[in-house]
Amino acid sequence: MPDQFLYAIEVTLNGLMAGVLYALVALGFVLIFKASGIFNYAQGVMALFAALTLVGIMDGQVPFSHLINAVFGTDIHHFGWHVPAVLAIILTMVFMVGFAWLVNHFVLRHLVNQEPIILFMSTIGLAYFLEGFGDIMWGSDIKKLDVGLPQGGSFWLEENTAWLGGDGFYGFFIDKLDMVATVIAALLVIALVIFSQYTKQGRALRAVADDHQAALSVGISLNFIWVLVWSVAGFVALVAGIMWGAKSGVQFSLSLIALKALPVLMLGGFTSIPGAIVGGLIIGVGEKLFEFTLGGMMGGATENWFAYVLALVFLVFRPQGLFGEKIIERV
Amino acid sequence: MLDADDSYVTADGRTIGSVMMEMKHITLRFDGVVAIKDISFDIREGEIRAIIGPNGAGKSSMLNVISGFYHPQEGEVWFRGARRPSMKPFQVAQQGIARTFQNIALFEGMSVLDNVMTGRLTQMKTGLLAQAIWWGCAEKEEFENREIVERIIDFLEIQAIRKTPVGRLPYGLKKRVELARALAAEPKLLLLDEPMAGMNVEEKEDMSRFILDVNDEFGTTIALIEHDMGVVMDLSDRVVVMDYGKKIGDGTPDDVRNNQAVLDAYLGVAHD
Repeated sequence: MPDQFLYAIEVTLNGLMAGVLYALVALGFVLIFKASGIFNYAQGVMALFAALTLVGIMDGQVPFSHLINAVFGTDIHHFGWHVPAVLAIILTMVFMVGFAWLVNHFVLRHLVNQEPIILFMSTIGLAYFLEGFGDIMWGSDIKKLDVGLPQGGSFWLEENTAWLGGDGFYGFFIDKLDMVATVIAALLVIALVIFSQYTKQGRALRAVADDHQAALSVGISLNFIWVLVWSVAGFVALVAGIMWGAKSGVQFSLSLIALKALPVLMLGGFTSIPGAIVGGLIIGVGEKLFEFTLGGMMGGATENWFAYVLALVFLVFRPQGLFGEKIIERV
Repeated sequence: MLDADDSYVTADGRTIGSVMMEMKHITLRFDGVVAIKDISFDIREGEIRAIIGPNGAGKSSMLNVISGFYHPQEGEVWFRGARRPSMKPFQVAQQGIARTFQNIALFEGMSVLDNVMTGRLTQMKTGLLAQAIWWGCAEKEEFENREIVERIIDFLEIQAIRKTPVGRLPYGLKKRVELARALAAEPKLLLLDEPMAGMNVEEKEDMSRFILDVNDEFGTTIALIEHDMGVVMDLSDRVVVMDYGKKIGDGTPDDVRNNQAVLDAYLGVAHD
């Protein structure tokens, strides 16, 4: 096989893996949008905040230590213990559920029946609040997140695929972390599907997503469902935060990945879980392949804008996205 | 006059029990517009109670008060011998009051079966964590509820469309699915908001038959709003007549038919 072709395959595989991470963030958006019609701008910051909290708990960091030290003149930073990764993840999840409750109690509950744009604005506010709060609580330095996931390229895969090409080809290089992320994302999606299709709360959630009034009339508490869905979105954010954090460190630019989820959503449709996955993969593969084939001609760094241009093209030809519901208004 | 605790047997042999729900001096205002003005009436166990009146009489508002969607400024709602505090609609549903809507509020994206299953939510007790930890328990509950739902689907003769997404159904069938979903909750009180609005004669006859059968077989107490006078007179045991937010008549269909105020306000003008 020509080496050029093999490289293209490798790029595609890497693109798929990157796409999984985009899909994870997009998934969080879709969940909340489906259930409450809110476009949650804060989804990316939630991933950041979840990752910050996880690192903070694992390292035994004292929350608000800068604030405490500044006020009381003390010099404390760490409790001096380390929490095992699994326990820390569970604690962080509890934290995210608490966060979901707080968001519902102090923000969303008071905005029922408001215009979508107002709800959207409230999530922008939430995003900046959360970013600042995360800064005060855990500090703004870049942190290393190590929950014991395998890192680095897979030598096994490289060695066993080297024979495919000529002397210049050393086999496929794929990060082990990416592979783990793919498996975890797949499991997460399966779990979400089982939850929404086969459990009573899942059915209630779909009901609320479909019609609020009807949902109320069959005895579903909207507040409960919203806390539930924000908790699930928090969980998805935590998973995304762990993956991105393990890959490139927990830093505040993590919140910018939310922007990459936007073209994913335009492609996949705002209301479709499979759409988020497929959209993520298309963007991931598309931008990598585009860079690989035409990037050189265009001066490189096409990954920065390719996704948005692709989304724009989709908006023109298929505004509801690949899997979104077609909007037909009766006249 | 009957006392609140009395019961009696109707001409067709059904037993009408004591008072289940009582509305006492209900007044409902929207920004100064009075939708309901000092209305009192009761609903007895096992009866079919109709609320009729011309357009804008406040019938739907009254139903929304009973089901917790509206909260009256004055008056009390008594349910099963206790005064009901101000409740949200989902809490009213959990108390055993199910309803349908004038403009049909179904889950359009879900199948008929799933729609009717949502009616069982108030009856399903397994919590979220219990479901996650012990799947078998949730599975058993799901299965039991599925059986009840299938019986209701059979009863309303919608077996053929069980798996069809509701959004694709014609209007008349949607109305029936909505009734099925309300019935699935095994309600103590069933509220029907214009169950026959927009139907043709045949569909109306079907719906009337189902309403009578539901009342007869399950003994469900039914309160319904209807426009079509003929249908109401045939269906109901007692009728409340509303006009401009006020009660102008209350009694058996025959009483109401001969009530001059009712004739003036409604029958005389609206019908032949």
